[in-house]
Amino acid sequence: MVTLTHYLALSAILFTIGVAGVLVRRNALVIFMSIELMLNAANLAIIAFARHRADTGGLVFVFFVLAVAAAEVAVGLAIIIAIFRNRGTVNVDEINMMRW
Amino acid sequence: MNLAGFAILSALAIASALSVILQRNPVMSALSLVVTIFSLAVAFLSLGTAFLAAVQVIVYAGAIMVLFVFVIMLLDLGRREPFRMTGLSRKLIGLAAAAAFFAQVAASISATGVLGAKPPAPLSPGYGSAADIGRAIFTDYLYPFEAASVLLLAAMVGALVMAKKRIER
Amino acid sequence: MNDPILLHLIRISVILGIFLGCVAYIVWVERKVLGHIQIRVGPKRVGPYGLLQPIADVVKLVSKEDLTPPNAHQWLFRLAPVIAFVPALLSMAVIPFGDTVRILGRDVRIGIADINVGLLYVFAMSSMGVFGIALAGWSSNNKYSLMGSLRSSAQLISYEVSLGLSVLGVVLLAGSFSLREIVEAQARLPFVVLQPVGFLLFIMASSAEIARIPFDLPEAEAELVAGFHTEYSSMKFAMFFMAEYANLVTVSAMAVTLFLGGWQGPFADGPHWFAVKAAAMLFFFIWVRGTLPRYRYDQLMRFGWKFLLPLALLNLLATALAVVIWGGEA
Repeated sequence: MVTLTHYLALSAILFTIGVAGVLVRRNALVIFMSIELMLNAANLAIIAFARHRADTGGLVFVFFVLAVAAAEVAVGLAIIIAIFRNRGTVNVDEINMMRW
Repeated sequence: MNLAGFAILSALAIASALSVILQRNPVMSALSLVVTIFSLAVAFLSLGTAFLAAVQVIVYAGAIMVLFVFVIMLLDLGRREPFRMTGLSRKLIGLAAAAAFFAQVAASISATGVLGAKPPAPLSPGYGSAADIGRAIFTDYLYPFEAASVLLLAAMVGALVMAKKRIER
Repeated sequence: MNDPILLHLIRISVILGIFLGCVAYIVWVERKVLGHIQIRVGPKRVGPYGLLQPIADVVKLVSKEDLTPPNAHQWLFRLAPVIAFVPALLSMAVIPFGDTVRILGRDVRIGIADINVGLLYVFAMSSMGVFGIALAGWSSNNKYSLMGSLRSSAQLISYEVSLGLSVLGVVLLAGSFSLREIVEAQARLPFVVLQPVGFLLFIMASSAEIARIPFDLPEAEAELVAGFHTEYSSMKFAMFFMAEYANLVTVSAMAVTLFLGGWQGPFADGPHWFAVKAAAMLFFFIWVRGTLPRYRYDQLMRFGWKFLLPLALLNLLATALAVVIWGGEA
């Protein structure tokens, strides 16, 4: 019998993997993907809770999170492209000066 | 959903999530993230919302990840990031921080008491369907809906402006 | 849902077998029809009326040397054709081919599955097909392939939006995303009568989605070498080839389900009507291929964003107004 605890545990593990990705990786795109992983894990937690309490509002919120994630990815990737054009790299260790 | 199915599902999700952060080639990371998204869509399905499962695949896997793959292809970032660039100390600190974070999250959730053996509330018959979510969006949550559409417009304009090539005159 | 596993397996094998047979022979049909449109005969040597031509083609393709370019990403290079082909197969799982019939004393529903978000599932599968093309171009380690695949993917994701919107009118009229319920809602009148603009939009957007003439610039032989499948040979190329025709069959089946009334006909409902209507749609697509010139890439993108998308939105608006005003229409 799969309970709320199982879904929350899965969500927490995925979120932690996302956190580790953001902290350890240096490629801006992989960091961005880890952030998306965190968003997905949060979505899973929200839907699990919504199911547990039979609340449709949770599902609506997930819907908005999907829309916001799409918007965020569009803008974030545009920024990464602009940075790549200026600096020639997407390694975040090398993009550490505002101006020289 | 029975326990065996959930075990397989979570194994797949965790394996692909680990693959996202451990692959050296960004394209393989993106594809692993697609697998994670699919397994989460199945998880959503098991939680009663077939609609959100389908929307998740269409929006996340079918649009957002395509965008990621596009950018990787356009910028020709196929070069594998040498793992040596991240020193061992940084990797260890990152992993330790993530483990501490997980411990904290687990402690906080246990402390709230929602993990008790309370049975889930009974579901209304149309729960999780497009009609159900649509009704909620257009009645109770209309204002956030309109705000989200403005947000999408702003994001579109912003992305277009940021990614445009500057034309030197 | 409570059918025995054997029944499921039989259904899947029958539908899959018929589908793959159609994909193989649609090639012959197309070459014959195109031939006659171009005042020539088409294949006629291999077997009676050239009917063994697809088999000859398969033998030829399989016996070619299977080259993999050096410095190509080995794994993705092999995976890309599969990713391009599988979504068309998966879409077949939710298309209703007929009503419930009684076979050997058991009620059998003709169709593999019916989920209540069937239409969204089909769109999800077609979104996955884009990955096959994007990865094919990138993994070939060839500038022409990369350019071709970027153009092709951009075309596909642009027309996905109009495709989705063109079908929403049907969803409003039927009140459900389930394909079986959409067909059953056309019991009195097929939706092509109530949604003529939607039907036209669907045909145009899906032609672009499956990259057929007049929208097949990114992979046309005379442009950009051969687009994303430049470096592919033998069986992998055959898979891309099959993927294109599989998508064609899927799109025709979807058009029949959404707009032409599915398995229903003026008399004797059943899968035979589905076959007749699907054949008519396939003939129409082949006819268009033989008749129209292809769009240039910038014309193609302009058409998709500046003409189809606004028209699809207007269609949706008009349909929504009609449903509200005349409530429970059809």
